[in-house]
Amino acid sequence: MTETVKEGRRRFLKLAGLGALAFSARKVLGKVAGEGARRWAMVVDPSRCRWDDGCNGCIKACHAAHNVPSVPDPKHEVKWIWKEKFADVFADQEAPHVAESLTSRPILALCNHCDDPPCARVCPTKATWRRDDGIVAIDPHRCIGCRYCVAACPYGSRSFNWVDPKPYLARVNPDYPARTKGIVEKCTFCVERVDRGRLPACVEGCPEKALIFGDLNDPQSDVRRTLRSRYALRRRPSLGTHPEVYYLV
Amino acid sequence: MIERALVGKRGYWAWMGVLVSVIGCGVLTYLRQLESGLGITGLSRDVTWGFYIAQFTFLVGVAASAVIVVLPYALHGVKAFARLALLGEMLAIAAVTMCLLFIFVDMGQPTRIFNVILYPTPRSPMFWDMIVLSGYLVLNAVISRTSLAAERDEEPAPSWVRPLVLLSIPWAISIHTVTAFLYSGLAARPFWMTALLAPRFLASAFASGPALLILVLLVLKRLTRFDAGKEAIGRLATIATYALATSIFFLLVELFTALYGNIPEHVSHFRYLFLGLPGGRTLVPWSWTAQALAALALVLLLLPRTRRREGPLVLACVSIFVSIWIEKGLGMVVTGFIPSPLGKVVRYVPTAPELLIGLGIYGVGLLVLTVLYRVALSVRGELA
Repeated sequence: MTETVKEGRRRFLKLAGLGALAFSARKVLGKVAGEGARRWAMVVDPSRCRWDDGCNGCIKACHAAHNVPSVPDPKHEVKWIWKEKFADVFADQEAPHVAESLTSRPILALCNHCDDPPCARVCPTKATWRRDDGIVAIDPHRCIGCRYCVAACPYGSRSFNWVDPKPYLARVNPDYPARTKGIVEKCTFCVERVDRGRLPACVEGCPEKALIFGDLNDPQSDVRRTLRSRYALRRRPSLGTHPEVYYLV
Repeated sequence: MIERALVGKRGYWAWMGVLVSVIGCGVLTYLRQLESGLGITGLSRDVTWGFYIAQFTFLVGVAASAVIVVLPYALHGVKAFARLALLGEMLAIAAVTMCLLFIFVDMGQPTRIFNVILYPTPRSPMFWDMIVLSGYLVLNAVISRTSLAAERDEEPAPSWVRPLVLLSIPWAISIHTVTAFLYSGLAARPFWMTALLAPRFLASAFASGPALLILVLLVLKRLTRFDAGKEAIGRLATIATYALATSIFFLLVELFTALYGNIPEHVSHFRYLFLGLPGGRTLVPWSWTAQALAALALVLLLLPRTRRREGPLVLACVSIFVSIWIEKGLGMVVTGFIPSPLGKVVRYVPTAPELLIGLGIYGVGLLVLTVLYRVALSVRGELA
């Protein structure tokens, strides 16, 4: 009698063990596959940025490619990539005595494509989510316009369409959908180009190569090589969002 | 039973007429907003929630505060509240209706609102807020309908109502807690990111709720044959006093932690609220008015001489209600956005269309409340 109980228990343990093994194997394989997958990131080199003659190459390229409207009222502005003061972008990085050449330059702000994006966490309809390659994407057709993601983003990277954007488009790029009023949008790391093996529009639009884009999972990529050799800041790292936009010092 | 709301004298129909025209104005203005987008509000890229969401937050408090008459009656058998429980539940129905409408008018794409149900997302507090609010509406509708029908038929309420009443007590706490979690889980907004937010919400709700109920009861005493009685009013005043004192205490605790801790991004929001920041001091006079009114109300309620007289009690109740309306319905939401994460101070003032739509929603709430109270008092034979 005791024997059968023991056997039964052994069989149960074996099965449970097999189950657990299968489960963790799936996880491990997933991890391995994940390591083989890509993790897109951007490195911004402010020292290369030709800002003093009013160069807007990256912004123009991005906004033209994605039909981002130029709404004159700053309250209703839509921005995917734009310039901010160093002190505002890095408010938590007090740098009182470093060279003014660094802190006086405008810094490009854009979506950080966080590894743990708070915007995607709060969205009540999964209209914004993190793809396996790290790009934080948006489905403009599912967004209900509640703006919870805007409240959750610690970087001010999300814009809401307060008005119909179409009248504010100088030229419409027919290859990219224009948006409607009442939804949220932001930089998508040019997912439509990256998926076809092209570089983001802003990277191509920069005449000084101040923007570097690439795969963090590839040790030989431009972004990894640059980050190995130079110190880079990320915006508000203490919040645990793990931004994947790096700023070279 | 609802047909009882269709019988009334001239005064009643005049009041309904006023409400319907206010609602009509709101609806017409909303159609304009639907046409041109949320750009007709005072909201902006940096202050993305304002009057609508703030009213929603305030009214969740009013809805939750029904529990202050239900709990003492259901759990402690407080006889003075026997006839008030129903009125509290009906107030909750009106308040939740307004909450849902305020959320609805804040949506950029209102026709897609059911995406929240089509793609349920339990990791979002907004999903849970939808669940608890609609659940609370159904609970109170079922409870009040059944217990009123039982009163009409002069029978005891069916036995399954009591578990629902008991369930409605923690459920009331949950609606305001989840609404606080909507804000307090956001690392991006240090002003909201405080564990004290939900307790603060509840304390201020349990002050403004009884204050409103006292005012409503005094109005009913004037207009109808229903008299809640001195004891009920006195008990409500006591509850309001404790809750108001707790609410003020919580605010002081918040202020100490933020100001003594002195982390710039925590201090700056309180500075904006009470002193103003370069580029904006819109809320400063409002904040101090709210604090002065809260202090006045506390003094009036603490002194037995003023608490027991109707005039000073009315003044205290109006002060509490206005004070907490300013704190939650103006200051709490907007200040979370100012300064913005990029340090910007952007002015926000609600526009005329925004206020008209809001007024229309308050009109709907008052209409619902009038109809429900009319039916209740008519069943009880207490109409004028």
